[in-house]
Amino acid sequence: MSTIRVRAQESGGVVTVRALMTHPMETGTSKDSAGNLIPPHHIETVLAEVGDTTVMTAYWGVTISRNPFFQFQFAGNKGDTLKLSWSDNKGESDSTEVSIG
Amino acid sequence: MTSNKRRVFLKGTLAAGTVGVAVGAGLLAPSKLLAAFPADAFKARGFENSLQAALGTTDMPAGDIEITAPEIAENGMVVPVTVETGMSDVSEMALFVVENGAPLSSKYVLGAGAVPMFATRIKMGQSSDVVAAVKSNGTWYSATREVKVTIGGCGG
Repeated sequence: MSTIRVRAQESGGVVTVRALMTHPMETGTSKDSAGNLIPPHHIETVLAEVGDTTVMTAYWGVTISRNPFFQFQFAGNKGDTLKLSWSDNKGESDSTEVSIG
Repeated sequence: MTSNKRRVFLKGTLAAGTVGVAVGAGLLAPSKLLAAFPADAFKARGFENSLQAALGTTDMPAGDIEITAPEIAENGMVVPVTVETGMSDVSEMALFVVENGAPLSSKYVLGAGAVPMFATRIKMGQSSDVVAAVKSNGTWYSATREVKVTIGGCGG
């Protein structure tokens, strides 16, 4: 199952994207139940692409909340495919595609 | 600023040898390469250091920037923030929480057709000024909004 839930809605030529990603976004300052520091684990980069065009790049530190929410807008068309992907500081990544409605 | 970007870029490519190979083979578009995570800027401690590392300047005139955030956030773990601007030719945006140990919270590079706005949810360790920076026509502008936090959201 994808870690990304995304909706992309076009209105008046502007596409509004709302995305929720499942990710712990550990700061590196929290401790587990045994009192050991949990290492930082966070999404570093989020890419939004339509075809070959990158419409938005987000760089995130540990202070983005757990299970991040991200909303942005760009000029686009209904029916186009938006690809949203993330990669984190441990080399993990995920991506998903959604048709712009 | 240029040298800093280049350093981050070089570090990124050297660390990921496979990426270098992929680029050499023409498998990756150059635009992807520019998407190098600015790790140093996110580690920079203190607001001035953070601005310098993230933006290459600490001197920002006030801009036509609207920050939407709660006046009082009960839970510092999840503080919704929206940044919008009416300024023209915006290429980058960034968000800082002045009182967080490492103030840079996030940075955005706008691609073709992107509307200069973003919304996300951030962690705040304590009450703090939240600063949004917007690069319009090559110059960084900023706006500030104070958010009071009842229960801090970093560590513990």
